[in-house]
Amino acid sequence: MTLFNQHINPSTLQRINYVLNLGDNALILGHRNSEWCGHGPVLEQDIAITNISLDLIGQARLFYQYAVELMNESSSIIELATEDSIAYLRDQSEYKNVLLVEQPNGDWACTILRQFLFSTYQQLLYNGLLKSSDQQIAVISEKALKEVNYHVKWSAEWVIRLGDGTEKSYQRMLQAIDNLWMYTAELFDLTDYENWAVQNDFGVDVSILQNEWMKKVEDVFTEATLPVPTQKAWQKGGKTGVHTEYLGYILTELQYMQRAYPNCIW
Amino acid sequence: MDTEQEIWKILATINDPEIPVLSILDLGIVRNVICKDDENIEVVITPTYVGCPAMDVIATEIRMNLLQLGIKNIQIITQLSPAWTTDWITQSGKQKLKEYGIAPPRLQKATHPQNNLFVEEEFVPCPLCNSTNTHRISQFGSTACKALYQCNDCKEPFDYFKCH
Repeated sequence: MTLFNQHINPSTLQRINYVLNLGDNALILGHRNSEWCGHGPVLEQDIAITNISLDLIGQARLFYQYAVELMNESSSIIELATEDSIAYLRDQSEYKNVLLVEQPNGDWACTILRQFLFSTYQQLLYNGLLKSSDQQIAVISEKALKEVNYHVKWSAEWVIRLGDGTEKSYQRMLQAIDNLWMYTAELFDLTDYENWAVQNDFGVDVSILQNEWMKKVEDVFTEATLPVPTQKAWQKGGKTGVHTEYLGYILTELQYMQRAYPNCIW
Repeated sequence: MDTEQEIWKILATINDPEIPVLSILDLGIVRNVICKDDENIEVVITPTYVGCPAMDVIATEIRMNLLQLGIKNIQIITQLSPAWTTDWITQSGKQKLKEYGIAPPRLQKATHPQNNLFVEEEFVPCPLCNSTNTHRISQFGSTACKALYQCNDCKEPFDYFKCH
């Protein structure tokens, strides 16, 4: 099912894409984290990661509800979009999340590092979006930011605990950095719809967040006795719908019920 | 009948499904009640945490209760800004939390900045013995709004409604 078509005017489409990118990042990372439910290393951390998951899925809902409003206002298609149709009926090329959030959980080190790298970025992004001229984006960011602050603190503490922990936990963090670092460039790479959002005063220029992000990462890595990678990150594509193989598997699970039993209701 | 007063009275009887000793008014999530006339009502609520599953239940409860009052057209509007804060929990709400065994949130301005790593909120008093000699076990507890603490004196583990 393609939710967008030529009936939506191009400027609204850019805005919808921008909002979907925000929502998709939250949904996919929330889904990944939810895979830990019942499998966390200790009960408290199982609860922590699933709480974060819930926060992220809550954010995704708010962004999707707003995207739906924009779609239905401007579209002439008879079948109206819903937050469910956005989550359950889009194919992977229509998802606009960054590649980082769809990477597999791996071990605890990998999950922690993914959360830290992403939450640090999300905190800077939402902070910037507080000043968005789009009222709805600004208020969702205001609300979500209070929770993201917890995510950053929690994940940063864990990066330090593992990096500056045992020989084994240190080695696993090194491996996690090796697995994930390549995907970080995309966070700061502007797509068309982000450029458009910046020009129209409702988006954040993510390219200028990179220095601050890097500084925070360096501070935490240093305290964690972890080396800061010097090689440039290069992988990108998620924001424009070109994903790694992993997203397909995520969607297969996420969308199973709606695909097998179309329009089924909970 | 003064409809608006009647509605506030009913809202005061609706409790949070996860912390059943607190009404939604104690929690400070009802921001406004707008009576257009006796049959058309808007209730404005604000979520505590964006992913809190209790919010959907609460909205349904509000609707069911007001329908029983004979109000036909009920609109429940979710307002995100200003974002909910634990400072909006009423004094009596905080007292009820404590009696229920959950340490109530402290005022925002009374707490230290929480962004410093490994710094935990200090002086969270044990709801059982009132000792402030307590420590945090986990920043995340049984629900999004709670952290897990333990009292160093009476050893009781307890939920702390975290400052938000």
